[in-house]
Amino acid sequence: MSRLATWGNELYAGKKSYPFVQRWKTWFIVALVLLLAAGGITALRGGFNLGIDFRGGSEFTVSGVENSHPAIGERVVADLVPDGDATVTNIASGTIRVQTAELSDEQTLEVANNLQEGYDVPADQVTSNFVGPTWGDAISQQMLIGLIIFLVLVALYLAFYFRTWKMSAAAIVGLLYVVVLTVGIYGAVGFEVTPSAIIGFLLILSYSLYDTVVVFDKIRENTKYLEADRQRTFDELVNLAVNQTLVRSITTSIVGILPVGSILFIGAGLLGAGTLRDISLSIFVGIIVGTVATLFIQAPLYALFRRNESSLQERDKRILRSRKNRAEDTTEDNITSIDTN
Amino acid sequence: MASKTPQSRARRTLTWLAAIIVGLGVILGIGVATNNTSGVPLLALDLEGGTQMVLSPETSTGEAVTPEQMSQAVEIIRQRVDGSGVSEAEINTQGDNNVVVSMPGTPDEQTRELIQASANMEFRSVITAGSFTATPEDEREDVSEIPEPDAEPENGSDPNWITPEIYDEFQQTDCTAPDANQIRDNLPADEAIVACDFETNSKYILGPVEISGDQIDSADYGMSQTPTGVSANQWVVNISFESEGTKAFQEVTQRLTGQSSPQNQFAILLDGQIVSAPASQAVIADGQAQISGDFDEERAGQLAEQLEYGALPISFDVESEQQISATLGQDQLFWGLVAGLIGLGLVAVYQFFQYRALGLVTLSSIVIMGLLTYLAIVLLGWSDNYRLSLAGIAGIIVSIGLTADSFIVYFERIKDEMRNARPFESAVNYGWERAKRTITVSKLVNILASVVLYFVAVGNVRGFAFTLGLTSIADLIVVFMFTHPLMQLLARTRFFASGHPMSGMDPSLLGQKPLYQGAGRVREFRPESEVAPKRNKKNKRSGKEAAQRQTIAERRAAERAEMVSTNKSSDDEPAREDL
Repeated sequence: MSRLATWGNELYAGKKSYPFVQRWKTWFIVALVLLLAAGGITALRGGFNLGIDFRGGSEFTVSGVENSHPAIGERVVADLVPDGDATVTNIASGTIRVQTAELSDEQTLEVANNLQEGYDVPADQVTSNFVGPTWGDAISQQMLIGLIIFLVLVALYLAFYFRTWKMSAAAIVGLLYVVVLTVGIYGAVGFEVTPSAIIGFLLILSYSLYDTVVVFDKIRENTKYLEADRQRTFDELVNLAVNQTLVRSITTSIVGILPVGSILFIGAGLLGAGTLRDISLSIFVGIIVGTVATLFIQAPLYALFRRNESSLQERDKRILRSRKNRAEDTTEDNITSIDTN
Repeated sequence: MASKTPQSRARRTLTWLAAIIVGLGVILGIGVATNNTSGVPLLALDLEGGTQMVLSPETSTGEAVTPEQMSQAVEIIRQRVDGSGVSEAEINTQGDNNVVVSMPGTPDEQTRELIQASANMEFRSVITAGSFTATPEDEREDVSEIPEPDAEPENGSDPNWITPEIYDEFQQTDCTAPDANQIRDNLPADEAIVACDFETNSKYILGPVEISGDQIDSADYGMSQTPTGVSANQWVVNISFESEGTKAFQEVTQRLTGQSSPQNQFAILLDGQIVSAPASQAVIADGQAQISGDFDEERAGQLAEQLEYGALPISFDVESEQQISATLGQDQLFWGLVAGLIGLGLVAVYQFFQYRALGLVTLSSIVIMGLLTYLAIVLLGWSDNYRLSLAGIAGIIVSIGLTADSFIVYFERIKDEMRNARPFESAVNYGWERAKRTITVSKLVNILASVVLYFVAVGNVRGFAFTLGLTSIADLIVVFMFTHPLMQLLARTRFFASGHPMSGMDPSLLGQKPLYQGAGRVREFRPESEVAPKRNKKNKRSGKEAAQRQTIAERRAAERAEMVSTNKSSDDEPAREDL
């Protein structure tokens, strides 16, 4: 506890500082490598593992099964629909999932009926899900529209609040990275992309941006009185803000992950595939990626966006010059907020 | 003014919050007492079990469906589902182009067909009219005694359409029977039928179909105009027919106009039920008909909508259909709640580890937020039939983390202020001034996201977006009306003000000399002008450097501290310099 507190104090005072902004090239290269790796693995796997909501088809879940032999399900489907192309999996103990090609409405009902008899369970333990071929396109399109509206509104909102479009732009660019990487990791792990997973991705948009706004608000505060401060360059001020909010960033992501993790492990461990697991997995990955990206992508990006402003360049030069002069005056250790220990 | 101290304001705010919660609780209590609500959230199908169908409209001509037609379609599906005896079905539109039908249990074949079928609009001529109720049994003619028609019918109004069977049905039909207004599909197009007119409380025998809905071009409504162009202050519905319809309608009006009532009437039927049975008053040759009657604006609009809908018969494709077993839903609900409680427990443990006694503040704030969310969900279930889905529960569980973040931001700001050598009470007020801005701005991002998702997205996403938005609002209420006032009051307690090691805000850990000196002895807090040099001595490598190393916030804090030492009372007021 006391070590944590001391660490927090040193971060706050700028005594201890991690070079989030200064070493941006390294972080961006790492970010790019991660993205390429996730994309590459996904591509090697043959693309995303789309759930039936996006492919179209029928899905049946039989719960409370005693004899969970997949052959029963396969036979049931083959008897009714010879070209049904059934995939039967045991997704959790006593739970069977049967996925088939797209059946007609009536066939779906019949298969559900026969599965219930085949596995010898009461009628209320068979869940069936029939998805038409265009439904996936329809929801994807709606999501895309939602995403675009959200991004436009939020970009305007942030530009208005922070009074600079550069912060807004940095936040949005970083946000896109977070979503793309999370989707990439999802694809690389090979989990099924279901509407629930998509809900998770959309939440990440919200969470990641939320996280960024908290940190950016501190940056805004630190860089508000640029004229009054003659100690730190602009990059260093941004970096200080990131360091000062570091304890909060870590705490928040831990607190965010704890409940999501408990849904994930209960969802995946006890219930098998389903809404809970799909939502929590994408959020679990997204919270981590979103928090890390705020520190390593969004904050440095903002500093980069402002790097070519002439007034800031002059100010930085002035500060570096006076720092150099002082360093010549005193032979004691140089003041620098870059401290990588 | 004494009543304006932060503590009295804090107490008042807490009282307001308590009043809100009690108020909501009382409303809920009344609802439970009057059996209007069960006091628990309504569950969506994925938790309760049942069938959910997502339908997309399809027109025979491939034309786009207008929003008015969609809402009419929903209305018609609702009537059909209700008419088929399924109770508690819910029918909504989602997005621009989907109708979602949710119902408990599994619908039978007939219901499924009814839901998907296109509406059937037809025009038939009235042959004869009778009383609204059934003819008393002793006055009825026996089927065998009713004469067979003596000739082939010549036109749609010909009484020769009336077979003994039809007449018998006519005698027996009781329009006041509860199932009289149900949908009737598969009515024979080329035979006479019996139909009830609920608007005028009459019962008719109608001839065969003369004009079908797809022969209508369009329909609208407005005020009728006299030939001089003056508004006649009467609502009318205008129909315009397509070319075939124009011809057919001309024939009908030619035949009916001038006849005695009821043979001058024709009936417009939708799904086998009469929506209007106007009398023909003139021969319409140009296909532009006008229905006048005792309409108010609403009724005219409704009739125009029904006609418009009939003009473009919409059938529905099943985009997706889910039949969820009740047991599976119960399992998911149970484990979802268990996961939520475990998550809450873990957050509590972690918060206690990091913030000690303040972890209790976090936990109680989350509990208050949970209470507000619960009340809101139950009340919305009561007022707007809001149902909690699994995705919604996931949204609530996820929001535990997002809510806790508000407190983390706030507590870290308080710590920052204490690092600037403020005493706890003043750090609470200064930290709040900064934290509340960050919290509000970031929560608004979440609310924005949930509003956009709610209105654009379809299916499960809506449930999730809804709870996310709801908890964000509840979170703001809790932070402003509970957590901060509570902190202000706690700041006055000896335990926190003295910086007890278990308080989570131990000044000695934040670069200040300990105020609490054990055994209940407490060091007086000294102005920063005295404290600061000591602290700097501890940290500094050279005095000059330490001064240079100060952040702006530190320097401003030092300036403020000087002010504080000269005018201590100003310490109670929050920071104003950056406003």
